[in-house]
Amino acid sequence: MNKVIERKVIVPNMHLLTIEAPDIASKVKPGQFVIVRANDEGERIPLSVADWDEGKGTITIIFMEVGASTGALACLAAGDFVATCVGPLGNETEIGNFGTVMCIGGCYGIGSLYPVVKALKKSGNKVIMVFEARSNYLIYWVDRYIKLADKVFNITRDGSIGYKGHISRLSDVVNGLPDPPDRIIVNGCTFLMARASEMTKDLGIPTLVNLNPIMIDGTGMCGVCRVTVGGKMKFACVDGPEFEGHKVDWKEFLARRKAYLEEEALFFRRSEPKQAVHKEGKCQA
Amino acid sequence: MNPEKTEKTSKIDLNRNDMPKQSPEIRRHNFNEVALGYSEGLAVQEAKRCLQCKKPKCKTGCPVEIDIPDFISFIVKGDFSSGIKKLKEKNCLPAVCGRVCPQEAQCESQCILGNKKGEIAIGRLERFLADWEATKGKVDMPPKAKPTGKKIAIVGSGPAGVTVAGDLILLGHEVTIFEALHKAGGVLTYGIPEFRLPKAIVAREVDYVRRLGAKVITDYVVGKTRSIDELLKEFDAVFVGTGAGLPWFMDIPGENLNGVYSANEYLTRMNLMKGYQFPMSSTPVRKHVRVAVVGGGNVAMDSARTALRMGAEEVRIIYRRSHAELPARLEESENAEEEGVIFNMLTLPVKYIGDENGWLKEIECLKMELGEPDASGRRRPIEIPDSNFRMQMDAVVCAIGNSPNPLVPSTTPGLQTTRHGTLVADQETGKTTKERVWAGGDIVTGAATVILAMGAGRKAARSINEYLETGKW
Repeated sequence: MNKVIERKVIVPNMHLLTIEAPDIASKVKPGQFVIVRANDEGERIPLSVADWDEGKGTITIIFMEVGASTGALACLAAGDFVATCVGPLGNETEIGNFGTVMCIGGCYGIGSLYPVVKALKKSGNKVIMVFEARSNYLIYWVDRYIKLADKVFNITRDGSIGYKGHISRLSDVVNGLPDPPDRIIVNGCTFLMARASEMTKDLGIPTLVNLNPIMIDGTGMCGVCRVTVGGKMKFACVDGPEFEGHKVDWKEFLARRKAYLEEEALFFRRSEPKQAVHKEGKCQA
Repeated sequence: MNPEKTEKTSKIDLNRNDMPKQSPEIRRHNFNEVALGYSEGLAVQEAKRCLQCKKPKCKTGCPVEIDIPDFISFIVKGDFSSGIKKLKEKNCLPAVCGRVCPQEAQCESQCILGNKKGEIAIGRLERFLADWEATKGKVDMPPKAKPTGKKIAIVGSGPAGVTVAGDLILLGHEVTIFEALHKAGGVLTYGIPEFRLPKAIVAREVDYVRRLGAKVITDYVVGKTRSIDELLKEFDAVFVGTGAGLPWFMDIPGENLNGVYSANEYLTRMNLMKGYQFPMSSTPVRKHVRVAVVGGGNVAMDSARTALRMGAEEVRIIYRRSHAELPARLEESENAEEEGVIFNMLTLPVKYIGDENGWLKEIECLKMELGEPDASGRRRPIEIPDSNFRMQMDAVVCAIGNSPNPLVPSTTPGLQTTRHGTLVADQETGKTTKERVWAGGDIVTGAATVILAMGAGRKAARSINEYLETGKW
């Protein structure tokens, strides 16, 4: 049981959740994740840690509300408790002095890249931040990044800010730079990571992604998070979640991510007919 | 005197009393426990068959050396309260062991009546006493030694960890159990299904150690949340009982297709995450029509029988050796067969074939034949060339075994492992290669049984206590 310190909508459908977890806050490193369960009937879901405060003993997560489990998290308020918050799990993002590092964040990945960018700057890198979103109103934490990054770019589907289009505009961003970055780190939805990896392969830039498969225990016990990297079976929870994007079998990864789409819908459709009473043509529930 | 009675008592009774079970047609549709346990009458009747040997061989077959004839003699007298006390002197998890111990290979295999195929049903009697105590509603707490001020951390709340905790707390030490998952019990909770070991029983056993005074901290991954070295700063001793929780796959094409599960995933989804209640519980579970389970052990039987209960129309066990070599308990493979699981023996999957959406649709297998015995003493399965054939299946559960979980070994300098990934530990004491760290159970032996893990836990507890008293490593 961990106490919720804060839960708020940060941009539409995207939530910020700060949880009391002193042990995790004192241990977590950039790129690691926690497994959270909103309540006792809840599913265990892995979520990247976007920020932490060791002094206060809290960690912050940014998540998108998509299904039953994130829906339950989205209903939490300060003072509530989550049934489970365990971690930090997975390996940390490799940090070193690489020269120029381009970080591409979309969706929850804008949040999870924040500690990565902080650490990269501390190690003396030049950091180019690229926000990817459908529209400018879905981009958050810009103020935080402007203080940290050497340069900030935007790619939005509707062109409301920066380059107009999908992540395929990445080549334009890279080609517009005096020198290509020495490494690219992508955090965000699977499609973003897959497509970005495809493009940077052509550009010949080493690319790291932070995978987000379905997980249960997060400690290597169940193997549901397995992914093929460089032709070998890896468990994202203990071997990752960070992998070389060019080596990931994205088609397989996407299929595995989607394994329970139908069942997710089923959960929402479950009905408890006994609770609804109809009388005189009106629902009395 | 009743002549009939004299007749009975004067003769050796070789009729083992069957335990009532749910009928296969009914039980294959529910998750309730299959075996229903002895009534008091049946238990006494069974207990009376015991010859009370002067030198009981059954005891030597038990890894924790339970005083079997003694507890049985209390059942004969109808003094169940003393019976359970006797049992608990050596075994702190009788309700669990009475259900999942392979008694036919341990205590019961040594019973003198076994020579005439009438061995005492020791496991069933053990279970009876534990269940009797539970329904009676009041569990007697054994006396605790006065506090020693020594603190022990136990990593993992499975059978090994819970045994160490139970033993050390009675000796007056302060015990904290760390569990990575959100529920305590280890494999008893996430692995063994409800119909074989009801979760209420596991919860009861864990609760017992908790009530004795052990602190149980769930959602805490030692090796991640805190390292062993950090624990050693706060605790006088650490016991590692993290089990064998790294599933093996076969390294054949198509293993990452949707619909291919490790047994750990499949069973965890159903048990720990209550998948069998989906969609009322929120961990999603897919309904499969044809399920193949690869492997021949208890875990394979558990998976196959779970699949049936989840509504699969066709469930097959695919095993590369023959019936005679099945490593599962006979009782379990019989139960599976009665319930309608189909056994495809001498068969080896070589490839999984998927549809355009990445879901399994077929498995390709090879026929096998048995050759000369291998190192395990079992006849080695040999592939029959060009015997490939395909089966339409929409799920495969891979139940071919587990390696020890590397999380603790890989984050603890000084802990030596074998080439199998198990921790190096002394057989008699459980001492690892790192001072003040003990280990036992599957993390040392590789995947084995509940009772062996408990036996190892007991030995480690003894050694830990000795160290805490003398200060000598």
